[in-house]
Amino acid sequence: MGTSLGIRVQAVNKSFGRGEARTAVLKQTTFSAETGRLTMLVGPSGCGKTTLLSIIAGTLHADDGEIEVLGQRLDQMKSNAVAKFRAKNLGFIFQQFNLIPTLTAAENVSVPLVIQGHPYRYAEKKARDALAWVDLADHANFRPAKMSGGQLQRVAIARALVHDPQVILCDEPTSSLDSENGQQVMELLRKAAAQRDRMVLVVTHDNRTYRFADRMAEMEDGRILRVLDTQEEIRMHHPLGE
Amino acid sequence: MIRIALKMLFGDRGKYLMLISGITFATLLMAQGMSLFCGLMSWTFSTMRNVRVPIWVADPQVEQCNDNKPMRDTDTTRVRSVDGVAWAVPFFQNLSMARMQDGTSKMITLIGLDNNTLIGAPTKIIAGRLEDLRMPNTVIIDDFGVQRFSESRDHLIGVGDVFEINDREARIVAICETHRSFTGGPYVFTTYDRAVQYAPGQRKMLSFVLAAPQEGVSAEELARRIAAQTGLAAFTHSEFAWSTIMWYIRNTGIPINVGTIVIIGFIIGAVISGQTFYSFVLENTRHFAALRAMGASSGELTAMLLAQAFLVGFIGYGTGLGFVSVLGINLLKLGKVPFLLLWQIPAVVGIAVMVIVAISAVIGIARIVRLEPAIVFR
Repeated sequence: MGTSLGIRVQAVNKSFGRGEARTAVLKQTTFSAETGRLTMLVGPSGCGKTTLLSIIAGTLHADDGEIEVLGQRLDQMKSNAVAKFRAKNLGFIFQQFNLIPTLTAAENVSVPLVIQGHPYRYAEKKARDALAWVDLADHANFRPAKMSGGQLQRVAIARALVHDPQVILCDEPTSSLDSENGQQVMELLRKAAAQRDRMVLVVTHDNRTYRFADRMAEMEDGRILRVLDTQEEIRMHHPLGE
Repeated sequence: MIRIALKMLFGDRGKYLMLISGITFATLLMAQGMSLFCGLMSWTFSTMRNVRVPIWVADPQVEQCNDNKPMRDTDTTRVRSVDGVAWAVPFFQNLSMARMQDGTSKMITLIGLDNNTLIGAPTKIIAGRLEDLRMPNTVIIDDFGVQRFSESRDHLIGVGDVFEINDREARIVAICETHRSFTGGPYVFTTYDRAVQYAPGQRKMLSFVLAAPQEGVSAEELARRIAAQTGLAAFTHSEFAWSTIMWYIRNTGIPINVGTIVIIGFIIGAVISGQTFYSFVLENTRHFAALRAMGASSGELTAMLLAQAFLVGFIGYGTGLGFVSVLGINLLKLGKVPFLLLWQIPAVVGIAVMVIVAISAVIGIARIVRLEPAIVFR
């Protein structure tokens, strides 16, 4: 399967706070990720992983620098255009699942299609197909409160994939899960990354999942310290998945 | 997106019911207060509603129809002499005491109608005959009078029964339907001469002159002519009714009391709904942020919040208005409480409820529009 540049982040700075309380989180950060691969962004807590992910997702503005996703310069687009771009091209998996508790699993999964303006019936049919893909066809009518953490994250994966986006952005997808469920979720993400020209970017500090990465960017103190481009390199630097 | 919004709302049953309760309560308080106010105001000119004539002529100092500044008897002929008057008749109105055969006394509004024409006589006679009023010592009482005069009796008072007004016999020859008087006493109709005899003697006894314009002359024009030529105050029916209402608004605490109820209703509705809706938005902030991260625009999120707020508004408004209607029907059956639900009241309350709902929605929208979708990654 061929790869092409899906994400390019060039010399991005991002600070929070004002005056003396101002803290620089990203410092001239440069990063890239290709399609057809599962890329992991790893590093200790507070190193700026989630901030970088938010900027790539277009949900947070960088102070400066260039952000290009699938050939589109997000930093030059207006917020409504970014929202439309996200709706069409990005799928999200959040640490806290962020499923709407009053909707069933199928309804939650159908949300990205509804946002794109598809009819409910079509959206729900596609949602049921997506749930079947994550092996939760029989849970389509369950509400989140009736499901386990592993099941909830699989529903979130179905929601991230239902509109067939090219980029899947995952924020600590396994941190709320036990080891077994975490492995299942990562296997699903790897399966998703292997399809067509899709790319999956996983932000994590869960070293149990490192073996699923095709490529890994290590981050510290707002900068990318090292990029491990192959599974061999990853295994070499993190032999026990550490 | 609207469907998702409504499912989010219906799913949070506690807040959904709280929101509806707030709007229902506000609607109930506002509509009930306004209906009571309109009912009370309609009672202030009940005499005019019972005695429907085109023009009322009164002493120049009279501002409202329950005011009694007697005129000279000759004022009737002065009014008759004005060009364009079709007819003009004397009219007596006074608060008197009726004494029942068991010795109990009841306050009444005594009405004296022109002896010959009986102009202004009640139109709905439910027992007896109007013409019998021409017989000596006869009166017509209203249906409220039947209840009031029967309070200490073992059966209802009716046609043929007798009571006293100022020690003079009053024999009931008919029962009629009337609009309830503001003073709370029943209406007792008799002829002008007999009413003057019943009432305590004064130098001047004529309360009003009732008049009508000839064909081709408007009531407004004739009222102006009568006022100009006689120096008396002359009002059309509608002018006198409004003058009466405005007098009560200016000179009594009714508008302040009822206005307070209405304002409290509005504030309670706004506070309960605004606070509950804001709390609903706060609790769902992460979900709204997730929707935004997934590509929902600010416009779509705004539409979701508006749909949630206005649906709650419509349901609460409908429920509240239903309660007011049921309450009103039962109050009217009791007949002792002024209640008038004009079509304007639901319209005004509807606008007030929509303002409450809009305030609630705007508070939520202000938060959601400023929402940083990146919070979903925290």
